Amino acid sequence: MTTDSAMSFLIPLPVVLALLGAGVCLALGHNARAQRVISFVVLTAIVGIAATLLWAADRDGPQVVYVGGWPARMGIVLVADRLSALLLLVSAIVTLTVLVYSVGQGIIEFGRDTPLSVFYPTYLVLVAGVSNAFLSGDLFNLYVGFEVLLAASYVLITLGGTGPRVRAGTTYVVVSVLSSMVFLIAIAGVYAATGTVNMADLAVKLQEVPEGVRVVLQLMLLTAFSIKAAVFPLSAWLPDSYPTAPAPVTAVFAGLLTKVGVYAIMRVQTLLFPDSPLSELLLWAALLTMLIGILGAIAQSDIKRMLSFTLVSHIGYMVFGVAIASDLGLAGAIFYIVHHITIQTTLFLVTGLIEIRGGSTSLEHLGGLAKAAPVLALMFFLPAMNLSGIPPFSGFLGKVALVQAGVDRAGWLAYLVVAASIVTSLLTLYAIAKTWNRAFWRPRNEEPDEVGEWVPSTGTKSGEPWGDTVTVTSVRSLPRAMVAPTLTLVALGTALTLVAGPLFGITERAASELRDRTPYIENVLEDGTMPGESASAEVSP
Amino acid sequence: MTVNLVLIIVIGVTFACGVTLLLERSLTRIVVGTLLVGNAVNLIFIVASGAPGRAPIVDESDPSPMSDPLPQAMVLTAIVITLGVAAFLLALAYRSWQLEGHDEVQDDVEDRLIMRLADLDEASQSYEEGAGDPDEEGADPAEAER
Repeated sequence: MTTDSAMSFLIPLPVVLALLGAGVCLALGHNARAQRVISFVVLTAIVGIAATLLWAADRDGPQVVYVGGWPARMGIVLVADRLSALLLLVSAIVTLTVLVYSVGQGIIEFGRDTPLSVFYPTYLVLVAGVSNAFLSGDLFNLYVGFEVLLAASYVLITLGGTGPRVRAGTTYVVVSVLSSMVFLIAIAGVYAATGTVNMADLAVKLQEVPEGVRVVLQLMLLTAFSIKAAVFPLSAWLPDSYPTAPAPVTAVFAGLLTKVGVYAIMRVQTLLFPDSPLSELLLWAALLTMLIGILGAIAQSDIKRMLSFTLVSHIGYMVFGVAIASDLGLAGAIFYIVHHITIQTTLFLVTGLIEIRGGSTSLEHLGGLAKAAPVLALMFFLPAMNLSGIPPFSGFLGKVALVQAGVDRAGWLAYLVVAASIVTSLLTLYAIAKTWNRAFWRPRNEEPDEVGEWVPSTGTKSGEPWGDTVTVTSVRSLPRAMVAPTLTLVALGTALTLVAGPLFGITERAASELRDRTPYIENVLEDGTMPGESASAEVSP
Repeated sequence: MTVNLVLIIVIGVTFACGVTLLLERSLTRIVVGTLLVGNAVNLIFIVASGAPGRAPIVDESDPSPMSDPLPQAMVLTAIVITLGVAAFLLALAYRSWQLEGHDEVQDDVEDRLIMRLADLDEASQSYEEGAGDPDEEGADPAEAER
């Protein structure tokens, strides 16, 4: 009887605490110090809870709580299995670090008319939405989780309301609303076909739905999640909207929001539609996402935009793992998600520091940073090499697992995607090396590049982290409150290599749990399973 | 499961109008478009809930002709969310009008910069023909040099 264990009361806490903290923060709007303390305490608590949940889920299998005490098929369930708990833990650690960073950034800007009073509550709401999406065991609750995190992200991406942010935010909001509409239509279709939105129940009932209907529902869900995860034909919104936001906001968006989409794809593919005929389509999507994303990254001359394109490109690796759907493929994909959340967030935080130190993130204006700021150069170099998958780092380990899984699957399409993933890895190295050479290696004040005479007219290009009109140029020393959390994340990203063994153990167990499906379904439905309807007998292929 | 044909037609027409408005450049029209699409989606839930029945209140009406309450609960949630997002989009439109005097969604500046880089390259002259964006011609200083 694992569901009634002492741990189940912990499951709703990441959502409830974050929302509660957001409310209190909003009430304390004029006391920035109290807001900071509350946000910090709440996020620290969530890290602890997530770690406990991961430990419990790894020991006893999926932890389930029936919200409001309604029986299994009636109310909302929250489920923390290994995958949910692991992603919850990583995202909690990353959000906590970014919070400290944003406090540091707030302190430099403090005293001006900054919208900080909105920042902390919205940030906590974002965390609540992400946690709810990870923990939800119910399609409609997943939608609500998405909406909560999206609503928070709308506010964060347009923070300060400057011209470029309003422009970028508009695209972002409209695209997100559209993806939510597609998701809602899919939920309506699922409900009409099966009469339930509980995912464990659906896993059983969808088997009886005719093949054609099932494929349509799957396709709609995949479309909705692919927009959120920025999978290739639906990824154009991301590099357009992310770079204009403040550095901590971009960092946490890049780290978490797309991964929530990938998580949803993974959950739906493994639990609701195993052995689906659409995995070939996903392989194609992975292939194109990787290649087109990285080709976009090479063309960019702004670090933030280059990183946004690599973000899109590397989503392809995770989709690749999900499409293969073997134990190793899923384990590799989960490992890659953990690696990528950490690394991508770190890189955007470092870029925020570059913006403060060098006065710009455009490669046309930067130079000589390796000499001027050696620590900053190191902080960029380590995660950048990690991202491009240089051997000792975790990016390499994740890629090896995925390549191995691709080779095991065999077939020309799998080999093609494997080849593309290796090419993408090399091209990532090229894009990173280009950035490194121009921003860090070459001497400063070289003659301007070919486009030097063209001055970008974007208002926020020159270091206005909070959308102020004051331009920050070439600060001599970086604030410690921003360097410390960035260094922590750099160390964490590097340490992923050291703990790769145990971590990969967890992701392998999470993957086999996903493939097995029985523990999830049985733990959720155990008190609601009708006599004669044995969930395990019906679902195991 | 019985399906109301009139409802389906209404959904189709509302969707079509909403999508048409979404394709506009003016943010206010886009807001109206999202509202229309949102309402069409809400109607889909009503279709999904099956045949209409008595009000789903326990002890008040007999369970057998009762209509399914769950889709209605979902629709209520969806309506609230759509309302919130529409309010936010309207605020964005107003802010855009405050800043620039109109609410048209502009092109990405960095994208134009990249397009100009591509334009400077001799090999990619053909790019200009394919782009065909009227905004692009005016904003391009290289065009004047030729």
